[in-house]
Amino acid sequence: MAQKKMTIIASKGSLDMAYPPLILATTAAAMDFDVTIFFTFFGLDIIKKDNADKLKISPIGNPAMPMPVPIPTLIGCLPGMEAMATAMMKSMFKKHGVATIGQLLGLAKESGVKLIACQMTMDVMGVKQEDVIDGVEFGGAAMWLDAAADAQINLFI
Amino acid sequence: MSGDVKVDQTLDCKGMSCPLPILKTKKAVEALSKDQVLKVETTDPGSKNDMASWAKRTGNEILKVEEGSGTFTFYIKKTA
Repeated sequence: MAQKKMTIIASKGSLDMAYPPLILATTAAAMDFDVTIFFTFFGLDIIKKDNADKLKISPIGNPAMPMPVPIPTLIGCLPGMEAMATAMMKSMFKKHGVATIGQLLGLAKESGVKLIACQMTMDVMGVKQEDVIDGVEFGGAAMWLDAAADAQINLFI
Repeated sequence: MSGDVKVDQTLDCKGMSCPLPILKTKKAVEALSKDQVLKVETTDPGSKNDMASWAKRTGNEILKVEEGSGTFTFYIKKTA
């Protein structure tokens, strides 16, 4: 069986949206896929140094967000609500034996997942190469397209 | 021995959620020699189908699956 390839564009930097790219990437690697993740726009936050486990989830604009009691959208805007929602989600993940973002990122690197940081995003957001975790390559749209052209699965998350 | 299957290595993934049982199984199988058997215990109900998909894709063989009360035990032969 020829080796399958998958690429993922990770464009979101919230706790909830950091999970799907990393879960799929690590699992695909475990299923012998050659995997590339391209981190762009807010997705770049996932691979900033010491930032993976500091990502937050916002209770705003997400009617599916589980809360101990139903909370009107307006209340979600109050200071501390984001921290509360984040802490709650993290404790739910922990209780159910879900790996942290930092752990998944480590497992992705360990299993040979290729990580690419979007250089344009870095320039716009003032992120330097030394601000990003080790083992990341830097490039742009052409680099992703080159990988994607040979892949069976390409996802934008 | 576990039933009629000779187990070479055991992996405890009880209490872990997707994708950890698959990632740990992959790592454990890689450490085996060809034709050796890994016994994996999970509690994730999704792992039953996930493990089958993983084995199919990586070319390893699931010899047997045992279902207990909330637990799944897989016997995986390294054939790839």
